[in-house]
Amino acid sequence: MQQSDLATKEKITWCPGCPNSQILVSFRQAVTEMISEDSFDKTQDKKLKIENLVAFAGIGCHGKISDYLNINSFTSLHGRLIPAMTGAKCANPALTVVGFSGDGDSHNEGVEHLVHAAKRNSDVSLFIHDNRVFALTTGQFDALSPKGFKGKSTPFGSLEEPFNPLLLMLASGATFVARTYAGDIAGTKRIMQAAIAHKGFSYVDIIQPCITFFDTRDYFKDRVYWIGEDFAKDNLKAAMEKVYENTEEKVPLGIFYKVDKPTFEEELYK
Amino acid sequence: MNEDQNKDIFTIGIGGAAGDGVKKIGINIGKFLCEIGFEIYLSIDYPSLIRGGHNFVRLSFSRNKIWNDYERLDILVCLNEETKEIHKDEIKEGAWVLEGLKTEEILEKIKEFLSVKGFNENEQNSKLSLIDGNTAFAKGLEAAGLDFYIGYPMTPSTSILHYLASKQTKDGLKVIQPENEIAVINMALGISYAGKRVAVGSATGGFALMQEAFSFAGQAELPLVVAVSQRQAPATGVPTRSSQSDLRFAIHSGHGEFPRIVMAPGDPEEAFEIGAGALNLTWNFKVPVIVLLDKILSEHLMAVNIEKLKDGNIERLENGNLKFPGTPEQVVKVTSYEHDENGITVDKAEDVKRMVEKRFIKATHIAEEMKNRETIKVYGNTDSSDTLVFFGSTKSPILEAAKHFNKSIKLVQIVWLEPFDAEKVERELEGKRVICVEGNYGGQLASLISEKTGIKIRDKILKYDSMPFDPIELAREINQKFS
Repeated sequence: MQQSDLATKEKITWCPGCPNSQILVSFRQAVTEMISEDSFDKTQDKKLKIENLVAFAGIGCHGKISDYLNINSFTSLHGRLIPAMTGAKCANPALTVVGFSGDGDSHNEGVEHLVHAAKRNSDVSLFIHDNRVFALTTGQFDALSPKGFKGKSTPFGSLEEPFNPLLLMLASGATFVARTYAGDIAGTKRIMQAAIAHKGFSYVDIIQPCITFFDTRDYFKDRVYWIGEDFAKDNLKAAMEKVYENTEEKVPLGIFYKVDKPTFEEELYK
Repeated sequence: MNEDQNKDIFTIGIGGAAGDGVKKIGINIGKFLCEIGFEIYLSIDYPSLIRGGHNFVRLSFSRNKIWNDYERLDILVCLNEETKEIHKDEIKEGAWVLEGLKTEEILEKIKEFLSVKGFNENEQNSKLSLIDGNTAFAKGLEAAGLDFYIGYPMTPSTSILHYLASKQTKDGLKVIQPENEIAVINMALGISYAGKRVAVGSATGGFALMQEAFSFAGQAELPLVVAVSQRQAPATGVPTRSSQSDLRFAIHSGHGEFPRIVMAPGDPEEAFEIGAGALNLTWNFKVPVIVLLDKILSEHLMAVNIEKLKDGNIERLENGNLKFPGTPEQVVKVTSYEHDENGITVDKAEDVKRMVEKRFIKATHIAEEMKNRETIKVYGNTDSSDTLVFFGSTKSPILEAAKHFNKSIKLVQIVWLEPFDAEKVERELEGKRVICVEGNYGGQLASLISEKTGIKIRDKILKYDSMPFDPIELAREINQKFS
């Protein structure tokens, strides 16, 4: 299958230059490889079947991605994709369930679902388009905006510290926690493939600077770095320390944590 | 009219503190009476706490059909001292007051009572068994092939969750209790999208939390059954007491306009039939279906021929037009946005209009279907110009009260609240003296009838103290109004 087969005829309406387009390309590449190669193997007997792939999305700029993907899709309400993802996976465990969400979508509106899906280790993959701002509503602070963020609803600066999303996921029981940078298409593709291949709840934070309402491209460009391949992925404490490292100086990318645990859906049918 | 003259109907009250086993003992007595062929109606009244407080189970039994329990007691079983004091004004002259007895001793006394009244303990082999509305509803869902039930505990809907959870099998029914009601309904929509039959349930407060996703089910045309059991509101209200104040909320639920079905069963038998019917209707018409219950129907027990219900020809209707992910060469897209037939977002005026109309075509199909359904039920003297109209669990006290009416009256039960069968209702009410009986302050059914048929109902009997109607009190009021 060609990558173009995954595209619809819909005109892309993200801002020209928005890193969301890079995330879309990364995903199409990831899937194109996984449906054509024998290497991807979740159940150890077959590759990813395109008819079994379902892309969920929430509401926010990220959510437009459903219209650009010629695959099964479910565009949920704002913040509510995660329970729907678990529902679909429970109903048909043969499905490969991925979700696109934003930091506003899943760290504000639907944060309870995020925490509980990680807790129950639902076998779904969640890709967070992390732009640290509410963009589709034209620029307000959100759960991941830095304190002091000046948006339309906080003209004098936001009053709250942001979540550390990766730390939150590690604490909640996610069995795959990673971060990537939208500008690094190959890196994002690799992480997405690893997340989809992982059996259990995969959380991928994709740093996606909003070029219109919170342009952090320069900030991140100089700070992101990939952690070494030798990083021990099964050590929760080490993972927590690593994701805590997100400082003014450097922002680590890579897979911080990956362990195998029974999934919710496996337990359901046991 | 004097209830104590009810010669062939007997009533037992069992009272005690929460934790004393009032409900268990009451239901055991009910089961025993049921097994030996009595018709029974059993009510359960309890406050929202786990220990202490006064719990009271009351059951009326007779050789003939009993629709509701009565206030006046032939036997009062006291599991604590307070019970005798609380219920002293409810005991009939010569009633038996049982105190300080063990469970087996209580049962022995009841057998003795039966023998004094001339009943032979083994005289009938009953086909009846005691069942509450929630369990009957859940059995209906099961009978129509329910695959998933998703719920978050909230009185008085919780026993649906409990019953179905106990019926799970490895490859069959699955029950999930997620983090909250919003997760409940969104999880259910994911299940529905993937092609499995799913129902959710809650009290109306929980359903209030589900509103946005209920609307999503309408927009995305995802099949979904929602059980909504009313309790005294607003807000947390009186959690363990009943109400019929959410009729308007149920029929108008979800923002925006989209077709939906709302049905209100009046007894456990109807709860079974409507539970099964709801699953097939949602599957067939791709509209969300609400089954409106209330605390009384949800938790009170009635003697029902359960075998007849189980063996009923409940079909699992299939719908060949539905598409699910996992099918080769097929892309299935659903979305909460307005969308075209392929599930792609649209916002052009002509597309929006076309899609709204597409969804409302289903309303005309449903209207056709309604011709074959018991959207209303009529009891009593169908020729009478004196007519009572009601919905839901109010059926019970009204049909029981009818035994005490001074003249025969026509009784009209509205089963389908949305879509409203204006034609049938108008036929039954036009030109009649009508009293609307309902468990709310606003007269919501009366106003709905008026809105849909133009018939003004000025005479209403409304109860909004959270307690059930008493058949004797109701009969007295109705006799007076129709005198």
